[in-house]
Amino acid sequence: MTTRVTLSHLDWLEAEAIHILREVAGQCENPALLFSGGKDSICLLRLAEKAFRPGKFPFPLLHIDTAHNYPEVIAFRDRRAAELGERLIVRSLEDSIARGTIVLKSPLESRNRFQSVTLLEAVEEFGFDCLIGGARRDEEKARAKERVFSFRDEFGQWDPKNQRPELWNLYNARVRKGEHMRAFPISNWTELDVWQYIAREGLELPSIYFTHKRQIVRKNGLLAPVTDLTPAKDGDVVEEIDVRFRTVGDIPCTAPVESTADTIDEIIAETASTAVSERGATRLDDQTSEASMEQRKKEGYF
Amino acid sequence: MAALERIQDHGLLRFLTCGSVDDGKSTLIGRLLFDTRTILTDTLAQIERTSQRRGLSAVDLSLLTDGLSAEREQGITIDVAYRYFSTGTRKYIIADAPGHEQYTRNMVTAASTADLAILLVDARKGLSVQTRRHAAVCHLLGIRHLVVAVNKMDLVEYDQAVFERIRADFQDFAAGLGLSDTTHDVTFVPMSALNGDMVVDRGEALAWYEGPTLLELLETAPGAHGDAAAKAEQFRFPIQWVCRPQASDDPELHDYRGFCGRIESGTVQVGDRILALPAWIETKVKAIHIGGQPLTSAVADQSVTLLLEDEIDLSRGDMLVKAGSNGSTASAANGDGAVPEVTKQLDAMVCWFAETPLDRSRKYTIRHTTRSTRAAVGEIAYKLDVNTLEQQGAEKLAMNDIARVSFRLAQPVFCDSYAKNRATGAFVIIDEATFDTVGAGMVV
Ligand SMILES: Nc1nc2c(ncn2[C@@H]2O[C@H](COP(=O)(O)OP(=O)(O)O)[C@@H](O)[C@H]2O)c(=O)[nH]1
Ligand SMILES: [Mg+2]
Repeated sequence: MTTRVTLSHLDWLEAEAIHILREVAGQCENPALLFSGGKDSICLLRLAEKAFRPGKFPFPLLHIDTAHNYPEVIAFRDRRAAELGERLIVRSLEDSIARGTIVLKSPLESRNRFQSVTLLEAVEEFGFDCLIGGARRDEEKARAKERVFSFRDEFGQWDPKNQRPELWNLYNARVRKGEHMRAFPISNWTELDVWQYIAREGLELPSIYFTHKRQIVRKNGLLAPVTDLTPAKDGDVVEEIDVRFRTVGDIPCTAPVESTADTIDEIIAETASTAVSERGATRLDDQTSEASMEQRKKEGYF
Repeated sequence: MAALERIQDHGLLRFLTCGSVDDGKSTLIGRLLFDTRTILTDTLAQIERTSQRRGLSAVDLSLLTDGLSAEREQGITIDVAYRYFSTGTRKYIIADAPGHEQYTRNMVTAASTADLAILLVDARKGLSVQTRRHAAVCHLLGIRHLVVAVNKMDLVEYDQAVFERIRADFQDFAAGLGLSDTTHDVTFVPMSALNGDMVVDRGEALAWYEGPTLLELLETAPGAHGDAAAKAEQFRFPIQWVCRPQASDDPELHDYRGFCGRIESGTVQVGDRILALPAWIETKVKAIHIGGQPLTSAVADQSVTLLLEDEIDLSRGDMLVKAGSNGSTASAANGDGAVPEVTKQLDAMVCWFAETPLDRSRKYTIRHTTRSTRAAVGEIAYKLDVNTLEQQGAEKLAMNDIARVSFRLAQPVFCDSYAKNRATGAFVIIDEATFDTVGAGMVV
């Protein structure tokens, strides 16, 4: 018998993620999987297929919509959920704004940090005891220390100094009513692993991940997209160049990168030789403080 | 597809860095990331700014790993940080564990998933109490591959005699620990993490050293189920989830009943004779699936779905193993190791994590593979002084203590000794009041 004893690194990462998803299913009563239409959560859906098909997913998909998303991504999200035949729940920041639970200082303010309000409202509305997310530890320093199963108190807060020890692959997802877990099946993946997996599995992505012409303004070395939400200001030099997005999110705070890559292989080649981290290249709101992510996560941010 | 080929695969290695505070762990990780070009320019710019703000003369690579604000304030590593890099042949997951004694529990956590440990020693200071403690913890947690990195060689003029002395000291100590040549391998590398000698590049200063660089050692080290000891592992498949599509209108899926789980050890093939525990029912593997796609065989670490010849009612927490050579029920007794021990009694080395000490009058929940059961604490045979390895009598078990403890269980578990099998020999202890994970155990 010639059995290969060593799995390739993608096979290993996939097996670990499937195991984590099944632990959520086995331990939690009412979980949900956060699906944004972004590349990380697209991988999560494929992993869920591998974990649970030919059965149905033992959880619905949940999207917290900032209402500032690119329409291509929203269309993709709806189509993907329909193709899978799985239930998609969408909760919008607009509803929280209408309810008065989110108060914006200006209508175009970045909505990133307000997502946690709507998210926690959804947790309460549906009584979710676990949210599965596509966060990776390589994204940011505070994330590098977060557990695969991460405990949230009734205010949705993460306490980095008081995390549950996590040994071997024995995860502890027990919570009381009102508290919940966050589970991160692709914690150990890097951006490159994600792209390699997308290539291997032939996963479809929203079109804005590939090169397209877009009007942008250069700001502090980043490319700020010119959109209806974020029109050019007086004195801005608007250029139309070839760009693609490395991550998709709230329009006012997600920057594309200059690129002519129109296939996954070209994106992988760029990612393997890139000089700037995903967050550094694409986040217009994150550079204020080294600790800003840790702070936001403590407040319940994803 | 140039990029894809360049990142072709020799699997994945998980390792741990440990050693006393200031021996250079964070610097070494920074060096590995830097010299394998994993650090990206904006991250580097950020730590350069921080280094300058603190008035440091050179870039402090340790800032890469110390991520929590409390850690940056105190300048020490408190929690385990995970880092990633890839060389083109292999992907690495590094666990950077804190050195202080009050964080022994974090080191135990980091060691639990590591295949290899890098133990840093400051060439000027030689083996310290902490070095010995960390070696003992690595041994206890079943890490079979140890690299002793004699660091800061630049501060002892790259003197070979210093290196040889530390090597001899460690070998003495390792013999006392019970690290035997047949089950463990210990390698020694002289280096300067600061200057980069013998980490990724050989450098010029250590010409007398002819062995591999640290990275060469990592590239060739056996992975989790790749070494000789692991090849003797038996098939263990704890059931996590049962897939029942219950599609009454689909004749193919109507009776589909798939047992989902991760192969913790060993291998399985279609047609293998299987024993289901605790039912003690024997059957055969009809098919192996991942996401509905068939495979003919599967190996340790893979997450698969097994379909069985006979319809048996199994659920999460049950376990599939290979039926022994002499028929199912007899095989446990005939000792070929195919069947794990089925027991309501556990005798284990326990590391305590919680601030509240172990309370022998209370009941706890034990999680072993995918099974949970209530447990009563029996005897504390002794407490281990992790610095001297002395056994001491103990009534209590406080945070960071390691002790030999027995438990009585409400339900049986299917276990092997931890030395034989890290998956079926391990469990965690959960406090039934707080739901916190308060301890971890390794079956003796
Ligand atoms: N001269 C010299 N200094 C080193 C070396 N490795 C680390 N250091 C220094 O030792 C100090 C402690 O290093 P650090 O990586 O923070 O140690 P940790 O506590 O084990 O993480 C820092 O000032 C480093 O610059 C080395 O190889 N040579
Ligand atoms: Mg450190």
